[in-house]
Amino acid sequence: MAMTFHIALELIGQAIQMLLVLAVAPLVLGITRKVKARLLRRIGPPLWQPYIDLWKLMHKEAVLAHNASWLYRAAPYLVFATTWVGAALVPTYATSLMFSWSADIIAIVALLATGRFALALAGMDVGTAFGGIGSSREMMIASLAEPAMLLVVFSVALIAGTTQLSTIAETFVHASIGLRVSLGLAMFAFVFVAIAENARIPIDNPATHLELTMVHEAMVLEYSGRHLAMIEAAAALKLVLYFSLLACLFVPFGMATTDKGLAALAIGFGSYLAKVFVLAVLLPVGETAVAKMRVFRYPIFLGGAFAASALAVFLLFVSRGF
Amino acid sequence: MSACIGLWCVAGLLGIAAAGIVAGRWAVGTTLIYGASLVASLVGLAAALWHLLAGAAPETLSLALGLPGIGAIFRLDALAAFFLIVANLGGAVASLYAIGYGRHDTARLRVLPYFPAYLAGMNLVVLADDAFSFLVAWEFMSLSSWALVMANHRAPENARAGYVYLVMATCGTLALLLAFGLLAGPDGGYGFAAMRAHHPDTFTGALVLLLALAGAGSKAGLVPLHVWLPLAHPAAPSHVSALMSGVMTKIAIYGFIRIVFDLVGEPVWWSSLIVLAVAAITAVVGILYALMQNDLKRLLAYSTVENVGIIFIGLGLALAFRASHMDLPAALALTAALFHVFNHSLFKSLLFFGAGAVLTSTGERNMEHLGGLIHRMPKTAALFLVGCASISALPPLNGFVSEWLTFQAILVGPGLPQWGLRFMIPTVGALLALSAALAAACFVKAYGVAFLGRPRTPQAEGAQEVDRFSLAAMFILAGLCFIAGVLPGLFIDMLGPVVKDIVGARMPVQTFLPWASIVPIAETRSSYNGLLILLFLAVSGTLAAMFIHRYATRATRRSDIWDCGYPDPSVAAQYSSSSFAMPIRRVFGSTVFMVRETVDMPRPGEMRAAHFHVKVLDPAWRYVYGPLARAVMRTAVTFNQLQFLTIRSYLTLVFATLVLLLLVVAAWR
Repeated sequence: MAMTFHIALELIGQAIQMLLVLAVAPLVLGITRKVKARLLRRIGPPLWQPYIDLWKLMHKEAVLAHNASWLYRAAPYLVFATTWVGAALVPTYATSLMFSWSADIIAIVALLATGRFALALAGMDVGTAFGGIGSSREMMIASLAEPAMLLVVFSVALIAGTTQLSTIAETFVHASIGLRVSLGLAMFAFVFVAIAENARIPIDNPATHLELTMVHEAMVLEYSGRHLAMIEAAAALKLVLYFSLLACLFVPFGMATTDKGLAALAIGFGSYLAKVFVLAVLLPVGETAVAKMRVFRYPIFLGGAFAASALAVFLLFVSRGF
Repeated sequence: MSACIGLWCVAGLLGIAAAGIVAGRWAVGTTLIYGASLVASLVGLAAALWHLLAGAAPETLSLALGLPGIGAIFRLDALAAFFLIVANLGGAVASLYAIGYGRHDTARLRVLPYFPAYLAGMNLVVLADDAFSFLVAWEFMSLSSWALVMANHRAPENARAGYVYLVMATCGTLALLLAFGLLAGPDGGYGFAAMRAHHPDTFTGALVLLLALAGAGSKAGLVPLHVWLPLAHPAAPSHVSALMSGVMTKIAIYGFIRIVFDLVGEPVWWSSLIVLAVAAITAVVGILYALMQNDLKRLLAYSTVENVGIIFIGLGLALAFRASHMDLPAALALTAALFHVFNHSLFKSLLFFGAGAVLTSTGERNMEHLGGLIHRMPKTAALFLVGCASISALPPLNGFVSEWLTFQAILVGPGLPQWGLRFMIPTVGALLALSAALAAACFVKAYGVAFLGRPRTPQAEGAQEVDRFSLAAMFILAGLCFIAGVLPGLFIDMLGPVVKDIVGARMPVQTFLPWASIVPIAETRSSYNGLLILLFLAVSGTLAAMFIHRYATRATRRSDIWDCGYPDPSVAAQYSSSSFAMPIRRVFGSTVFMVRETVDMPRPGEMRAAHFHVKVLDPAWRYVYGPLARAVMRTAVTFNQLQFLTIRSYLTLVFATLVLLLLVVAAWR
């Protein structure tokens, strides 16, 4: 009896995490848009505008090109599913949830790659120039970002001795790791990678259409109605996923770890929301400070991330104290 | 028992090859010969599976063939059984595919006798247990596949491919011959048992490793010895291309493992440094080349080069750990490599079958002439998609699992005592991540251009779905990709005895872990669960779809392409293969391949057509083979003068040689 109760509790914990990321995602987007608008001296849309947008899109008729295949219709759901599962497996308010061991950080990054693969294919399905340009550039950016991401994983794993996100967070919360040069460099690289992966300025502009440098928006240009709603929701979830990952890897403080009492969970909840809020404010601040880059300057941007993360790893080889 | 069955299968396949000479005269011969090959391969597969799963002891058989005094020795141990499984599974599926595909063959007599012989050769390499029969079988495999490459010998590029292949295969065998010579030592013990017992000193061991790397590596396609591979693999009929890429490269890897891990024994640590460097360069350069290709089969051949690099990364890591007596990490790295061997044999065969289906139905290999096949060949398209996703290392399919295991082995790297390796291994890890990301880009391109979009030519427009045999073969492979991705524990456990034989340790037993997850070292360190990931994806996808269908409108309208308001009806306005690769070509290609793009744009008012030309140079040709060929040519021209001397000069030369030799003999004594 106690056993079933325990399992039920664990299931609930996991379900809360799944619903939490889903519920928070559009709000995070709303915050970034609002802050950005205020920084540009506009009023900006209300915070809940993304929810309304999703609802509106869901009730619009979906327009498909004559030659759209089953892949085009299935891809939005696949993208949404991979992103949602990934976001549900990154520890947010508590570590060691029921299924947290089913994928480590490498697997979560790869899961996002599955979604990207599906979306890039969908971009090429109808056979337009815009779809192709988006897919091609998206894959190019991914190929630049992935090695840097792996080296970030490597440096964190060298300190924590694991690639399991829950264990990493627990190690960083409990052991006195302190401030480290290597972690700082890794965080710097991670932020660059996250900007590129989420199609934010200076790599891509999420608020634009019909600009020759757009990437993600070009890829999903043909989508409409409920399919577009799925893709937009997935994009918001992906942003939350990267925020959670940043919080989990570099500032896991406040997370409920061994003690799963109500008070600890409440602290975990509150601190997670606070962290996400801070990141959602910082992102548009950074975005307004820089200009969008030319496509062929991306290698320099992401090469910087690669160099920083490589430096972090090599420093750790010289001494684990760095 | 199993070894005996294996040899009978080889004999049977040779018999089928002989029958092929007769049966090739009639159209029904294809079904007969391929059907018989299918049966023989299935028997061999069953015997090897039984040997591996029952955990039988190694069996040795000695036949009175070959060198006098030694005979031909054959042996079946766990390693051989695993590679027999790979070879016979590939052979069986290729035979099944060919029952349908072979009907379109115009030159039956050029394929039917050689196909079973080729299968027999690959089986024989794995079974051989002395240097002589190994090399004979190796050459037999090379020559029979050469004959298959030359099946369509009238095309000039095929003749060139055959020539390059023959030269490279000969050089590779020469390297292996020297390696065996060094291993046999002055006493000439050419049996593998004698070599195993006699451990060479460090220097000889390292030399043997380098020779094996060159010999087996040239067959497997390590850079810069890969140049024959993208020429020869696409030239053969597609079921043979699948075997060459999916299976024969694995037989080459078997040769490397047999020589380096089994016969040489303890490696020196710096030899793993060389293997890792070559492997990482192979992985990245291979996939970059693949991205530059417009020919579907050639793209697949270059991607084989990449995957061979990934496998050799695992082998190099295993060597490094083994040199430092870290048995468990060595077992992990070797398991990762062998699992990737198995996985790659599955999805590469699948992809070549798909390319063959496209070739049969459209007559085109050039992706720029395809498009929209997902509507015309829906089943092939779906199966090809599974292959593309697997090879791009995407969860929950199998390619990801073996790459994930390789990453786990890389993450143990910092525990190594050598500084050189500790700096090398993260670099290798980053290059592996780069090659995985580029592979995804490459296969988005391949699938997106060939199967999606609008048809670019009338041939693509009129494509038809292929026959049932071909579809069945592809379906089996796609299913196996799926199972190996979702339940990897079963396959890892199957590799347990193989790895234990070689490095003396194995990965922990995975089969009975909860929820069929895999835990390479410890649960606190890392774990992955393909089954749960699949389940989660299914549940969340279904939940999302249900939510949408419950609360959103289902209204759907078919309309013209929007394209931001400026749709272009011309199919040429779509992104093509070379335009898709353009950003990556700009970023990586200009330094690695010295890509030259020439644009010839007519001035306004001029009536001629515009031209765009991309030239991609292979640095291997430019820096290795070009100078080599020129040096050979120069030497030949220099010595050519010897042909036109007078009889007196010849006599003088003979006399001088004799005196010189006598002097040498005198000095020697």
